[in-house]
Amino acid sequence: MSDDILRKIQGIIADQLDVKEDDVKPEKSFTDDLGADSLAIVELVLALEEEFGVKIPDEKVDEIKTVGDAVAFVKANKKKD
Amino acid sequence: MAERRVAITGIAMITPLGLDAESTWSAIVAGRSGIDRITKFDASDLSAQIAGEVKDFDPTQYFSKKYLRQMDLFIQYALAASFMVLDDAGMSHADARPPAERTGVFVGAGLGGIQTIETSLITMREKGWRRGISPYFVPALIINLAGGQISIFQGLKGPLMSHVSACSSGSHSIGEAFLAIKYNRADVMIAGGSESTITPLSIGGFASARAVSTRNDEPQKASRPFTLSRDGFVMGEGCGLMVLEEWDRAKARGARIIAELVGYGANSDAYHATSPTPDGAGAQACMNLALADAGLAPEQIGYVNAHGTSTAADAIESQAIRRVFGAHSDQGLMVSSTKSMHGHLLGAAGAVEGGLCCYALQRGVIPPTINLDDPDPACDLDYVPHQARQVQVEHALSNSFGFGGTNACLVFKRVEPAPS
Repeated sequence: MSDDILRKIQGIIADQLDVKEDDVKPEKSFTDDLGADSLAIVELVLALEEEFGVKIPDEKVDEIKTVGDAVAFVKANKKKD
Repeated sequence: MAERRVAITGIAMITPLGLDAESTWSAIVAGRSGIDRITKFDASDLSAQIAGEVKDFDPTQYFSKKYLRQMDLFIQYALAASFMVLDDAGMSHADARPPAERTGVFVGAGLGGIQTIETSLITMREKGWRRGISPYFVPALIINLAGGQISIFQGLKGPLMSHVSACSSGSHSIGEAFLAIKYNRADVMIAGGSESTITPLSIGGFASARAVSTRNDEPQKASRPFTLSRDGFVMGEGCGLMVLEEWDRAKARGARIIAELVGYGANSDAYHATSPTPDGAGAQACMNLALADAGLAPEQIGYVNAHGTSTAADAIESQAIRRVFGAHSDQGLMVSSTKSMHGHLLGAAGAVEGGLCCYALQRGVIPPTINLDDPDPACDLDYVPHQARQVQVEHALSNSFGFGGTNACLVFKRVEPAPS
């Protein structure tokens, strides 16, 4: 299940930022490693909200700096199936 | 200070006739129409169901697909064309360019990102503002981001502006870029216009104003300037850009100079939001301003690329041309409307048509007016009907007249090819 979430998130990020899925590793920073700007991060947040049915408040968005942060947030907040 | 002259050293086009300037020119010389039934959306509810759509445009040839969601189509056209125009000018490598601070970008549009507005309004209604509106909504639609993205991607730090004057935007942008070089604000300018308004709201709006042709059964015959049976313009889309370069600089680097820009006129009708003055006085005065700026007598102009939209205004423009050119109107002056082939590209129209004027001078071929089957007696000039004509002329005038009564005229001069 958890790997499923990681893989889905990797897919979304790779698609939105036009990077290789293999490069979307948990330790990668959205801005420093994956070429995202502040608007791209907002867009990514919206995509994650839509995919996983979570709500990421604006003040939390600033704390999501790496792929791993995003995965951790989704896992912690996703409603159990 | 000696007067600074302006060379045209690069041309790019994305039009309903082709994805680059050369394929567009080939279609023009062949007298081909780029108009067909609208495929971008279901237009069956609209009175006008035809347009000149750009076919098979692949922006990912030029930039990453991640930018597609960040730019309305008119910005994608402009950015793609900027790569082509710099390449055409031999400036793909930064070392062929002047310092970034001396290179500017003037790219206009008429309507801008109307597609983005339409689709975002729908998703906002469906999902609410927070999830329904992209964070890129504003930069994707505003007109000045066409030039803005070019400046960002190409690293150009000179003056950056967008001239918004409806169907004159492209010509005004080029004219103002001409002045920017003349007045030593820049050495190189990328200038032109871009537009992508084949959308339900836009076509619907022009249809509501009864401005567009409803000849849905004969799309390729629908844009028929100067005929009795013309019934409105046909929407096109695309982009035209030019590289304008200070003459001595272009010469010093051995650039291929396609033509020289020698005159620019701009004025307004002060009359009506959508109609020209019935006597064409605004258009006439604007042509005279451009000729005076170029220091040319009317007889020295061999070819006029008319605004010629296939509307009632064709007769007004024709009579204005007749008054400007006098006896020369019947003694060799050729006038054509290439909109008969590519449709009306609104804010990009003047930029594409100016480029066609440069090619006409460089290549000794005058573009035709197709579909001129039933000439309107009120339109009584030599419109180069049906077929392109091989004639070498020395100067060409390009006319653009926009909603709001805003007029722009450009005069181009032939340049002797450099000995090879």
